[in-house]
Amino acid sequence: MTTDLQSGISRRAFLQGAGGLAFCAAVGADGFRLVSQAQAATLANTLVTPWVRIAPDGTVTIFTAGAEMGQGSMTSLPLILAEEMDADWNKVKLEWAPADPRFYGYTFNNVQMMQIVGSRAVQLYYAQLRVAGAQVRKVLIANAAQKLGVDPATLRTEPGFVVNPAGGQRLSYGEIAAFGEIPAQLPAVDPKELKERKDFRLIGKQVARRDLPAKVNGTAQYAMDVKLPGMVYASTLHSPVHDATPAIWNGVQPNTPSSEPESWNDAEVKRMKGVIDVVKLPNGVAVAADSFERARAGRNALKVVWKKGKAEGFDSARAMEDYARVYADPGAKVSPIETKGDVKAVFAGAAKTFEAEFRSDYGYHAQMEPLNAVVRINDAGDRAEVWEGSQAPDASRKAVAQALGLKEEQVTFNQCYMGGGFGRRSLGDYAAECAQVAKAVRRPVKLIWTREEDIAQGMFRPQSFQCVEAAMDASGKVTGWKHCVVGDGEFLLQTGIRIPYYGVPNQSIERRGVSHGVKLKHWRAVGHVFNVFAIESMVDRMAADQGMDPIEFRMEKMGASPKARKVFEALAQMSDYKAPRPSGRAVGISITERSNSLGAGAVEVSLDRKTGKIRVHKVWVAVDGGLIVQPEQARHNVESAILYGLSSVLHERVTIKNGRVEQSNFHDYKLLRMSDLPEEMHVQFVDVDTRPTGLGEIGNPFIAPAIANAVFRLTGKRLAHLPFTPDKVLATLKA
Amino acid sequence: MASFTLNGKPVKLAADPKSLLLWTLRDEIGLTGTKYGCGAGLCGACTVHVDGKAVRSCMTPLAAVEGRKVTTIEGLSPDSSHPLQKAWVEQAVPQCGYCQSGQIMKAAELLSVNKKPTRSQIVRHMDGNICRCGTYHRIIAAIEQASKEV
Ligand code: FES
Ligand code: FES
Repeated sequence: MTTDLQSGISRRAFLQGAGGLAFCAAVGADGFRLVSQAQAATLANTLVTPWVRIAPDGTVTIFTAGAEMGQGSMTSLPLILAEEMDADWNKVKLEWAPADPRFYGYTFNNVQMMQIVGSRAVQLYYAQLRVAGAQVRKVLIANAAQKLGVDPATLRTEPGFVVNPAGGQRLSYGEIAAFGEIPAQLPAVDPKELKERKDFRLIGKQVARRDLPAKVNGTAQYAMDVKLPGMVYASTLHSPVHDATPAIWNGVQPNTPSSEPESWNDAEVKRMKGVIDVVKLPNGVAVAADSFERARAGRNALKVVWKKGKAEGFDSARAMEDYARVYADPGAKVSPIETKGDVKAVFAGAAKTFEAEFRSDYGYHAQMEPLNAVVRINDAGDRAEVWEGSQAPDASRKAVAQALGLKEEQVTFNQCYMGGGFGRRSLGDYAAECAQVAKAVRRPVKLIWTREEDIAQGMFRPQSFQCVEAAMDASGKVTGWKHCVVGDGEFLLQTGIRIPYYGVPNQSIERRGVSHGVKLKHWRAVGHVFNVFAIESMVDRMAADQGMDPIEFRMEKMGASPKARKVFEALAQMSDYKAPRPSGRAVGISITERSNSLGAGAVEVSLDRKTGKIRVHKVWVAVDGGLIVQPEQARHNVESAILYGLSSVLHERVTIKNGRVEQSNFHDYKLLRMSDLPEEMHVQFVDVDTRPTGLGEIGNPFIAPAIANAVFRLTGKRLAHLPFTPDKVLATLKA
Repeated sequence: MASFTLNGKPVKLAADPKSLLLWTLRDEIGLTGTKYGCGAGLCGACTVHVDGKAVRSCMTPLAAVEGRKVTTIEGLSPDSSHPLQKAWVEQAVPQCGYCQSGQIMKAAELLSVNKKPTRSQIVRHMDGNICRCGTYHRIIAAIEQASKEV
């Protein structure tokens, strides 16, 4: 087993390895498919690239498109392919797939992409990787059959071997690779030929993540750790006032000015020790120096006059109050998200109606590794290489090419481990910026944003205002549902706002957009955080009003779907839901969907009424995540998301005043620490035999409403503004 | 000039004594296991040992380690065989991994003075080290496991 991943291996080198079989991937209408090397040679060169290689010594090299930020997909994706080809996992070597979505991308909305976002990796690569693995296995069997002079149908495979039960022969994959040939046309695979679940040897089993060993001895390579001959260091200062376009989360324009620098103390900074150059960027000023400390000192000494940005004068607290006015304004522009039945009529005829408002502040990703990249450009200026930890190598490569005025083919992207991603690392913005500096100073550059810059230039989970209304008939059944979310960030605002797990017949769900120029981005389930908070707080409120148990209310009065019932049942059982709790503690529950998974969760909470500090003692989550490819890693993902959610709920808020982010480091942007850790966390997967669904974020959104609902049980008060910092809790208790 | 012992070997550098240990280790000496997280003593990602005590290298000038013994994650064991490193793999602690060198070095300090720490002693000792990926519970489990071995 090996943990050293190499990047940037050329297609040629891969194909020309010391003999063996190389299976290539070619672009097809619905994603990649494998083709033989011979076929590859007849196709246009640019359309084929290697995916699997079997060496005569039995080593199987599989490219992994699973960008790794701790979620484990670097291991899960090749493991799926290895399963179907029946590879010996101990002989499988992984290499990062090149940044070319035509071969290594999945298909989403008819586009080939490699973005590892929205917990998509396993669910969207699963089917194609299985077919690819099965094709490789079929070719190996066919070659063995020819050699042994038997019917291929009589042969079986064991990990790394083709076996002939009748004759007792065993041919290793390596042996076959030494003589074997790949037919010009690779065999087709009928879905019925794929392994049955009971035959899996890797999927659903305990298989160690490949990145672990390097992460306990300091050898794991993050972009932060890359060092090139002649490399210099740079750090950037951007305008503290954001100047973002409304859909910046969807892509960046590296050469388009925003909050441009007008003038700065250029001569003074250039005189500083070790400073090599001060570089004007379309949206900032970078200082390059012979060490990072000197680059940072130069950056800290910059005094820049900036062009006005769109967020000039912006005040996040005031904006929040404006949102309430936007909600009340009958003339406001509305984007409908879901419209079902006759909401007007059902509210008019309701036995009872409910209405509540919710607010949620901006959130920052706070990935542990501050944003950074390394770029080298050749002397001729027609080739560039990038090292970055990226959730979207394809997007990053494109941004760098744009920044340098090159074609994408002229840019090589080298993937690195990410010190956290959480949705921030999928644009290539800082890599493009590094490329601009490298071009200006004509040397390889490592560009590092200081933590302070990383926060000031954060791309936040948007703040929001919401109003939820519900209509109930005389039997207590919820028949009408209205949900309006107001804020900036367009699509980001509406993830998780639909309620497909409930059967409310009449619905009107809408978004009302404003635009502040503040940079916004996906953030581990983003809109789910505040939308699920609002939805599940409202449902709990109605349950309490009806004097019903919250789970029973959801089953009986909200029309919970069969899938939802299953996770609620599992949750009730695993948490011994009805058991009495120690005095001063209460349990709150909620449910969320994300990336086609469904999760119901419960928390056991206590509250210090003097300080307003909430403590979560125990957490239970029951998840329907389809077929689980790596159970241990899946559990770890959910636990990680629980704590990410808990951190955001208890501590995290970005505030903006006078257009400037007020927080600057971890003393004022507080994160969960070990002392906040619940004493117990339990994660259970409901066993279902469907294709896998996303698991990286399902553990996150449920926790805000679950905590709020538990606090209600303790105090009779409803928390309605995220995060639940002690000051807000005390204010709610007094209200 | 700066001279100190690094992972058991003497080093001499023509460096400004005001330079910070973190960047010297990473960029001058090439030991990149020690990480930059906040640069302000707030997260612990840069934790190394100086004479056996955990310190934050992002706040430590070279002058402060003059003539002293510095140990980084690379020097904790030659082959990832420290009980903490083994326990870290067994408990599958790391997610993104970026904080983990600092976590392990901080934990190693604890076990060197307290071979059988209780859960609350672990929490008190480790509370300054942030893990954004939320691996705290596994860190505790790994320290408890390692404490059986030391
Ligand atoms: S980098 Fe030193 S404490 Fe954060
Ligand atoms: S493992 Fe990612 S910050 Fe700790």
